[in-house]
Amino acid sequence: MRSTFHTATTVTAALAAISLLASCSGGDAEGEDGNGAASGTYTWWDPYPQHEEGSDWANRVQTCGEEAGVTIERTAYDTTALTNQTILAAQEGNSPDVVLLDNPAVSTLSESGLLSTVDELGLDTSAVDPNLVAAGELDGETYGIPIGANTLALYYNEDVLEEAGVDPASVTDWASLTSALEDIQASGNEGMTFAGIGTEEGSFQFLPWFWGSGADLTDLDSPEAVEALELWKGWVDDGLVPNTVINNSQNTTWEEFLTGNFGFVENGTWQVNSAADAEFPTGVIEIPAQDGGVAPAPTGGEFIVAPIQDDVERYDVTRQIVECMTTPEGFVETANTFAYYIPPTEEGQDALLEENEDLETWVSAVQEAKGRTSDNLGTDYPVISEELWTAVQNALSGSATPQEALEEAQANVEAELG
Amino acid sequence: MTTLAETKAGRGSTGGAGSDVPPAPPEKLRRRRPHGTRWAAIGFAAPLLVYLVLFYVYPLWRNIDLSIHDYNIRAFVQGDADFVGWQNYVEIFSSSIFAQALANTAFFTIVSIAFQFALGLALAVFFRNYFPLSAPLRALFLMPWLLPLIVSASTWSWMLNSENGIVNSFLEAFGVGQINWLTSPETALLSVTLANIWLGIPFCLVILYSGLQNIPEDVYEAASLDGAGAWRQFWSITFPLLRPVSAITLLLGLVYTLKVVDVIWVMTAGGPGSSTTTLAIWSYREAFGTGQPDFSPAAAVGNILILVALLFGVIHLQLQRRQEAR
Repeated sequence: MRSTFHTATTVTAALAAISLLASCSGGDAEGEDGNGAASGTYTWWDPYPQHEEGSDWANRVQTCGEEAGVTIERTAYDTTALTNQTILAAQEGNSPDVVLLDNPAVSTLSESGLLSTVDELGLDTSAVDPNLVAAGELDGETYGIPIGANTLALYYNEDVLEEAGVDPASVTDWASLTSALEDIQASGNEGMTFAGIGTEEGSFQFLPWFWGSGADLTDLDSPEAVEALELWKGWVDDGLVPNTVINNSQNTTWEEFLTGNFGFVENGTWQVNSAADAEFPTGVIEIPAQDGGVAPAPTGGEFIVAPIQDDVERYDVTRQIVECMTTPEGFVETANTFAYYIPPTEEGQDALLEENEDLETWVSAVQEAKGRTSDNLGTDYPVISEELWTAVQNALSGSATPQEALEEAQANVEAELG
Repeated sequence: MTTLAETKAGRGSTGGAGSDVPPAPPEKLRRRRPHGTRWAAIGFAAPLLVYLVLFYVYPLWRNIDLSIHDYNIRAFVQGDADFVGWQNYVEIFSSSIFAQALANTAFFTIVSIAFQFALGLALAVFFRNYFPLSAPLRALFLMPWLLPLIVSASTWSWMLNSENGIVNSFLEAFGVGQINWLTSPETALLSVTLANIWLGIPFCLVILYSGLQNIPEDVYEAASLDGAGAWRQFWSITFPLLRPVSAITLLLGLVYTLKVVDVIWVMTAGGPGSSTTTLAIWSYREAFGTGQPDFSPAAAVGNILILVALLFGVIHLQLQRRQEAR
């Protein structure tokens, strides 16, 4: 009975199934190649899934395409996925035309030879603040334009400060900040909260204090760096900040602050609207440097970049799309859409302040800010950053002294970068 | 094979009338070339083979390929990574994190499985006796399984929060001082293990409970006639007869626990420092946790984990074979 079936038909059926599989994948590849050809469709990837099809942001992107005479096919990913997708697309040879990339990723991707330079595209970046464009510079070449910038500052709860008799204007350096925190603690509230979590967010939050002491990312165990970490460690030990800061993400710190029990919180431009909606009056001051003045905070925000295409003819339209997004009016519109992205050009900043003068602290904080991958650190930054946040965690949790933790971090960086 | 032949013949004569059509005459079938059946067999197996190669062999091979090359992003895109042989593995083994990650993995896995199994077994035996509300109660114990991991892990991290967590408020009511569950290197690993035990109990409960259903009731009756108490019944009947099911529960639990990333990542991200960094967390962090993906060392750590799981799988098979031989 074993040979009682039609061999020919079954084999055909099996082969049909296989060829069906093959044709499926073949069809896919064709579809993606279709986007790559110089048709009237340009692909655009950004990390803003919250802005759906038909939203103001999506419509604006579409308008910029129409002005250049093409349709734009927009896809939104979350930030990390976007970087990975861009890498994978480049590997498969079907990069999108325009990507809005998180600024620390720009140097990683440009170092990998994925991005075209602004010179290749024919873009002019002279109007952009040099401290902001620096994150997109590597070995003398510029690989994109920031579409807006955000950074960190200290929000405060006016009620809590008043109760403790603290004048926010008196906080001008580390010593006055610490004594303000002590006053708040004495009045029965928590002094401050920040995010020391063991991810990039932890380094992002520590950097204003690290740079504010005069420390440099190429020398993690300098005496200045140790002082910055000792400042944080001292606050944790004295209970001026809650023990939870070791594990806090930036979102968690904001939720803590919204309980109304905290004097200060270190957080970013993106919370401006939420602060206005809080159940208590809030204000904002720039993060003080150790001996007074403003500490440079790290810049956040996306760069508009153009991955390298096989078909260089496409660059002309890409340039038009990018220019459309980076006019002063465009910057202000972006700023308002993202509540709030500070424009990276002086003209854009002036236009924004005309509309909303409350943002002045943020504009000046952005002007003082510094790119994480600046100083030509580029792709060394992620390595340094990982060691830095680990050192912060080790010191705050008490498994090492600030001195030991930073020495180990520096030794690891040297071992890894050679 | 009969069914197939019948269907085929039926389709030939009446256009798919069904399987009640009589089979085709045998003399017609004898004319078929005998080796044709092998092609047919291959044809039938082909979709499965394609599936296996595409989704199992290729990823495994790719993981090995990643781990013996030096893939940075540039090499990943252009496909021209340098061959480095064992270099990635040497670096992993000589890394300062390795010893701690290995110890953390061992603690996390062994403690998790031991408690999951013991508590799962206790609950399974408890629910073996029907009593009013036993079914809804048993269903309640499955809750950890039904919740998305990110929800249960976030809830645990809120409960264990040093300042506002419910666990500390409860302990403070009894005069115990603040315990920094997730932010102290001494307790962080214990805390994530605790959460993982809670998550794993339903799995053990379900499998062991179904194993208990297969133990004949009359064995227990005979034992109680002989005067064996509950304790004696457990050790002389339940435990030995449940051994094959227990072995597979432990093995599956081990494989699941070795590769846990989500619970730990949500609760501590491997911190503070690296005090909750297991091998799986380490691999994840190298590949996706920093701004600079390091696929090669991540793949090397991943391969080590696969080898460990494989090793215990082989031990399990050996034990099973020995048991069957007995």
